[in-house]
Amino acid sequence: MAGERKKMMLELRNISRRFADFSLQDVSFLVERGDYFILLGESGAGKSMVLETIAGLTAPDSGYMFLDGRDITCEKIQNRRIGLVFQDHAVFPHLTVGENIGYSLHSARLSREKKHAKVKAIANELGIRELLARRPGTLSGGELQRVALGRTLIQEPSILLLDEPLSSLDTRLKGDLRRLLRAIHRKGQTILHVTHDYEEALSLGTKIAVIHKGMIIQSGTPADVFHHPKSEFVANFIGVKNFFPANLVTEDQVVFAYICNNIRVRIVTDVPGGEGFILIRGEDILLSTLPVETSATNNFKGIIEEIVPNAGGIDVTINTGIELHALITRDSLEKLGLRAGNTCWVHFKATTVRFIIN
Amino acid sequence: MSTRFTSIQLTFILLGSLVLLFIVAPLAGMFLNTTPAQVFETAREAEVRDSIWLTIYTSLAGTLIFSVAAIPLAYLLARKNFPLKKLVTGIIDLPVVIPHSAAGIALLGFVSRESALGKMGSAFGLNFVGHPSGIAIAMAFVSIPYLINAARDGFSGVPVRLEKAALTLGASPRRVFFTISLPLAWRNILSGLILMFARGMSEFGAVIVVAYHPMVTPVLIYERFGSFGLKYARPVSVLFIMISLGLFIVLRWLAKEKK
Repeated sequence: MAGERKKMMLELRNISRRFADFSLQDVSFLVERGDYFILLGESGAGKSMVLETIAGLTAPDSGYMFLDGRDITCEKIQNRRIGLVFQDHAVFPHLTVGENIGYSLHSARLSREKKHAKVKAIANELGIRELLARRPGTLSGGELQRVALGRTLIQEPSILLLDEPLSSLDTRLKGDLRRLLRAIHRKGQTILHVTHDYEEALSLGTKIAVIHKGMIIQSGTPADVFHHPKSEFVANFIGVKNFFPANLVTEDQVVFAYICNNIRVRIVTDVPGGEGFILIRGEDILLSTLPVETSATNNFKGIIEEIVPNAGGIDVTINTGIELHALITRDSLEKLGLRAGNTCWVHFKATTVRFIIN
Repeated sequence: MSTRFTSIQLTFILLGSLVLLFIVAPLAGMFLNTTPAQVFETAREAEVRDSIWLTIYTSLAGTLIFSVAAIPLAYLLARKNFPLKKLVTGIIDLPVVIPHSAAGIALLGFVSRESALGKMGSAFGLNFVGHPSGIAIAMAFVSIPYLINAARDGFSGVPVRLEKAALTLGASPRRVFFTISLPLAWRNILSGLILMFARGMSEFGAVIVVAYHPMVTPVLIYERFGSFGLKYARPVSVLFIMISLGLFIVLRWLAKEKK
């Protein structure tokens, strides 16, 4: 019990809040110490509202919040020790980068030198040391994001809340910031990160909760959520059932992703190698009853495990050593005469496989 | 931007020029009818100098003293919704729309020795009527809407998210106001302060009712006109306008520098 309590970090219990056109309903989840917790949902699902409630910027109508066992439901914002990085950064435009980062040190009983040293240390860590004297108006989106992060991290928050931190950045900067967030998490920072992007969720999260219309509809490890979507919404929202941890290897200038059981999938990517996930959309998988020649470079033989109709068509599960889901039409199903237990061939092109670096 | 003008734009330019001429012509006429020697002579009169100085410092004092309460009120108006907010907003604009001589009459009743405020003043040996403090009150009364409205616009322009961000960084609401809201709204507030100061300096109607003496410059101009005629009122007017303009150009410039 004591061990459990030590692990416990942030708990939301049946948080509800009604607005004119929207409401949070019975939002409950548990973020444990050291988690990188992703709250995944479409825009307008209530993600930011959840963060603002945790930070104390809006009060819930009912429900409780605990931080390390302490009830913080009615705690003053400034006493919560929760760091929130806003989606639009909310960097103070009239203060320099250094003053922004050091803003929260005002109340700390530290000497001027110690405060300066702390600001410099954080700025170093985030790679913005040379920006300390600059005004926010002259900074790029990526730099502002780092200033906002530094300003929050310097107060050593129990938990770091991130509101769509990658949404305003271009692809290259996204990669940089993901690496930075991973590094911050590795140092032991517990993070609650809100996003609408399942790739971000997979690439960063150790736990995922899916929120829809103000309700948490599923939570668990990425594997739980992506492999066993509890509802059709989750399945459709995530859109991908074929997702596997994979190791990228280049052999004779051809890139292969090795999945468990030494199954390898040919893929086309700029990434030279490393650990990550591969994703294949069910619509991109072709089925045949014979080993036909196609332009697809990935061809596997397998056994049909299950045939389940859903909103998008028929979901056929084939075991080829890994479980693959193919989405086909009812016409195709009848034409090929597929039955559970039958043998069939699976084909997909290397270009349809997406790789997400971890 | 095109340098060619359509006929409607030409019409607007013509009409616009007439308005500008309407503003500039009387002032220019007055300046042209006054020789530098006359202005110089007037500036040497102790009565004139005292009155200009009185006008500047009473208006400045009124502006600064009343801003202590006006700026927080502007913040409330910008940030909070409360019952009868529209009524409060309307009350704030009242001094602009009522005749200023009527405002002076109302104020006279408010600050005279028989009133509560007057009695309080008397207890400290202060009589507002015919006293610089009464002048400052009259000036502030008619000019305070300019400050409140400018400051309210300034606070409204400060993103609430910045204040929220400061709160999550452990700042108390008081610190948020002084380190985030106030500095970010400062340009508007400063321009409101300058406007209130300028409006106070030029006030005649309310001031003359509350205090004919000591004479602020607008009253002095009126008195010279009444006693001696147009010719004698002109040099003081020119001098006062020049000083006012000079003061506001410097203040505006300082405000811009601070940016």
